[in-house]
Amino acid sequence: MNAPLIGARIQRKEDYRFLTGAGQYTDDVALPRQSHAAFLRSPHAHAHIKNIKTDDAKKSAGVLAVYTGADLAAAKVGGLPCGWLITDVNGQPMKEPPYPALAQGKVRHVGERVAVVIAETAAQARDAAELIEVDYEVLPAVTDGMKAKGAAALHDIAPDNSCYVWALGDKAAVDSAFAKASHITKLEFVNNRLVPNAIEPRSANASYSRADDGYTLYVASQNPHVERLLMTAFVLGLPENKVRVVAPDVGGGFGSKIYLYPEDVVVTWASKQLNRPVKWTSDRSEAFVSDAHGRDHVTVAELALDKNGKFLAMRVKTTANLGAYLSTFASCIPTILYATLLAGQYTTPLIYCEVNAVFTNTTPVDAYRGAGRPEATYVVERLVETAARELKLDPVEIRRRNFIKAFPYQTPVALCYDTGNYEATLSAALDMADVSGFEKRKQESLNKNKLRGIGYACYIEACGIAPSNVAGSLGARAGLFEAGEIRVHPTGTVTVFTGSHSHGQGHETTFAQVVADRLGLALEAVEIVHGDTSKILFGMGTYGSRSLAVGGTAIVKALDKIVAKGRKIAAHLMEAAEADIEYDRGVFKVAGTDKQKAFGEVAFAAYVPHNYPLDKLEPGLNENAFYDPTNFTFPAGTYVCEVEVDRDTGATEIASFTAVDDFGKVINPMIVEGQVHGGLAQGIGQALTEGCRYDDSGQLVTGSLADYCIPRAGDVPSFKIDTRETPCTHNPLGVKGCGEAGAIGAPAAVMNALTDALGVKDLAMPATAQTVWRTLQRKAA
Amino acid sequence: MSVKVSMKVNGKSASAEVEARTLLVTFIRENLRLTGTHVGCDTAQCGACTVLMNGRAIKSCSIVAMQAEGADIMTIEGVAKPDGTLHPMQQAFKENHGLQCGFCTPGMVMNALDFARSHPNPTEKEVRESLEGNLCRCTGYHNIVKSIMAGARAMGGKI
Repeated sequence: MNAPLIGARIQRKEDYRFLTGAGQYTDDVALPRQSHAAFLRSPHAHAHIKNIKTDDAKKSAGVLAVYTGADLAAAKVGGLPCGWLITDVNGQPMKEPPYPALAQGKVRHVGERVAVVIAETAAQARDAAELIEVDYEVLPAVTDGMKAKGAAALHDIAPDNSCYVWALGDKAAVDSAFAKASHITKLEFVNNRLVPNAIEPRSANASYSRADDGYTLYVASQNPHVERLLMTAFVLGLPENKVRVVAPDVGGGFGSKIYLYPEDVVVTWASKQLNRPVKWTSDRSEAFVSDAHGRDHVTVAELALDKNGKFLAMRVKTTANLGAYLSTFASCIPTILYATLLAGQYTTPLIYCEVNAVFTNTTPVDAYRGAGRPEATYVVERLVETAARELKLDPVEIRRRNFIKAFPYQTPVALCYDTGNYEATLSAALDMADVSGFEKRKQESLNKNKLRGIGYACYIEACGIAPSNVAGSLGARAGLFEAGEIRVHPTGTVTVFTGSHSHGQGHETTFAQVVADRLGLALEAVEIVHGDTSKILFGMGTYGSRSLAVGGTAIVKALDKIVAKGRKIAAHLMEAAEADIEYDRGVFKVAGTDKQKAFGEVAFAAYVPHNYPLDKLEPGLNENAFYDPTNFTFPAGTYVCEVEVDRDTGATEIASFTAVDDFGKVINPMIVEGQVHGGLAQGIGQALTEGCRYDDSGQLVTGSLADYCIPRAGDVPSFKIDTRETPCTHNPLGVKGCGEAGAIGAPAAVMNALTDALGVKDLAMPATAQTVWRTLQRKAA
Repeated sequence: MSVKVSMKVNGKSASAEVEARTLLVTFIRENLRLTGTHVGCDTAQCGACTVLMNGRAIKSCSIVAMQAEGADIMTIEGVAKPDGTLHPMQQAFKENHGLQCGFCTPGMVMNALDFARSHPNPTEKEVRESLEGNLCRCTGYHNIVKSIMAGARAMGGKI
């Protein structure tokens, strides 16, 4: 009998190929008669296109074709759809301007695609793109969401550059609670715009076959079925059954590879025009201006408290910069995934949030690791910490006074938390971080002429967005279930097909642990297949920390069907009643006897059905399941950050970072820890090093890895992390999701620590050495 | 203008006619089809393209193939033993979960091999400094640092 695999630190099955260079990423795919695409991008943030001359480019060496927006329009290639319809405060649908794959007469952000050149080699395509002459009439640009209203209109249908004004909560009741409050804490801040920067740049390689009138698209995607559905049904008008989308090894996503992008559409369309495979791989400079960005909120947030520090109400007004076009899920991030999280871990009875979503001449903004939840956590946890300071309460004590302690708990912002134990993660974090020793460490820092601060964040997130019918009523244009298939082979080994997609998360290991543990098989007997629409029955993909909670549950449901059928077969083989058959870790047994059949024997009987109940049961052992969750899952935890600031340089060092998370049941602690580490680094990056800057003309001045600082190894510490397990109540694995927590909780913890160290109410993210130094100088003056 | 370049890659002679502007990484990936060496940026920041040239870690995106004429190049495909057994540094990454999506991993391992030769028992600080030119977006570096410390000890100063 095998040792339990659930909860075990199993080394990853996928590592060997990645460690030996045998991974197969999209750009590694080279097809016979491969051609290469290069996109000519707008150098202007806002301009009319008066004329495009492509003659010289077309004559350039190796060039096969040059296409512009006019070619796509003539071919009736549609615009890119948005996957979520937000209804505004007046009951009107959001403004949905066309999002063409190649610009149609106007460009609206630097980096927008104006033309594509396809040539024999990538270098030839790039050379030729430089020969295209575009006559632009430059228009005034706006990049700051707060200045969008009144700026030159990007889209005819949104003359004031407003996409929607949306609200959640009872404004009158909240205003009334504020009127009676004994204390109000108010903060105004920017949640800085970030560039996801997965280290693998986006890539797409499409081929067309006249033999079967079918397409194959290799693409760096987190959700190949969604990509196919959007592209075939809404943009290219192709039959879905004629398009295969493969997302092979994908080098990180963090949200940026969820979306259908114009480049994917263009290479797919062009592959048929040329009857050649067409590959495009982004370089990093292109990625900075064409991968969807994240965050970019400007917020005024207020918390009303009574004299004991009890939260009475919260009022939040946010301007969300959506960029120039609506990316696939852009509209639901600053609304459905943001305002609904503003209760945090607390019993705040009244919350009102208003969101003004605007278009600007910037790269489209969409989900980036956390997607709305880091922004919400930042609002809540900065307010709570600031309120504690203003009321001279211990920031830990004020949280304890307001924690939700009884579950299920209905928040005033639509969510119902099924379970949680916030005191458990808080007290564990306080111990682990040695909070009681902080004052001594602070003194030691002072002795070195350094300032030390401590900050907390008690975050909550909502993962595995669901159920589909509720999401649909809120505007989702897609389902939010997941699909799984278990194929038992005649010899008793198993292939699992999952609609989830792994791009670093280690599903090939974690999902195999679940299946091998449940069936009582060796880990090696289970193979996980993902990322190919020709193999997987369907899939909604991986985002929102949903894979194990939703995709894993679909697999478990299929496993249950396998065992149920196996019991029928075993009953026949052992001439027993089906009700007497028990399945115990790889063996079907007749209860109360020593009769048994191994899983492999039952599988063999199913495929060589000589002694088999063919009159009652189909041969074979292969089952599908679709699972649509009944609720979100609600991971939560406490993060404690200590920073040390050099007074002379403003340089901030993370002196220690402690994270205690409650992800429900943990399948592979090693992989979960890795997910937390990565999320924390991205959260610390947002707080201290990362942030987009546009100049007044709309140029992205932080457009390379030399200018936009994603954390390096020296910028982050070794982390102290642990977990507590309060199992999710509504999925069979009891799991909640762990992929985004670090990025959600870390920014508030870091900035709470930094404001504590500096003795200031607030300072802007990213708190670079320069920002901190200036803050110190202002304070001294 | 095309030129002939010849070098030794993973112990085998390799040569091709390439455009003079061809980067070493392009030669490795496109001409030799050794796709384990990755390209993650265009400003020599990310280090995903790191290979060993005459035993020293270099970014293969920042030199042209011609500059490697006659050199001895080792890529990630040449690190494991011929029978497929992982090198101690690769093994350390596996055991310490030093990789997630795997894209930066080849560059991390190649850089670590050069570093570990001169640092058989490195401190955490030394390892973090050695990673200045290699970016990872998945791991937060925590387990990469642990991997390199363990791998360096296992190597004992020898590749």
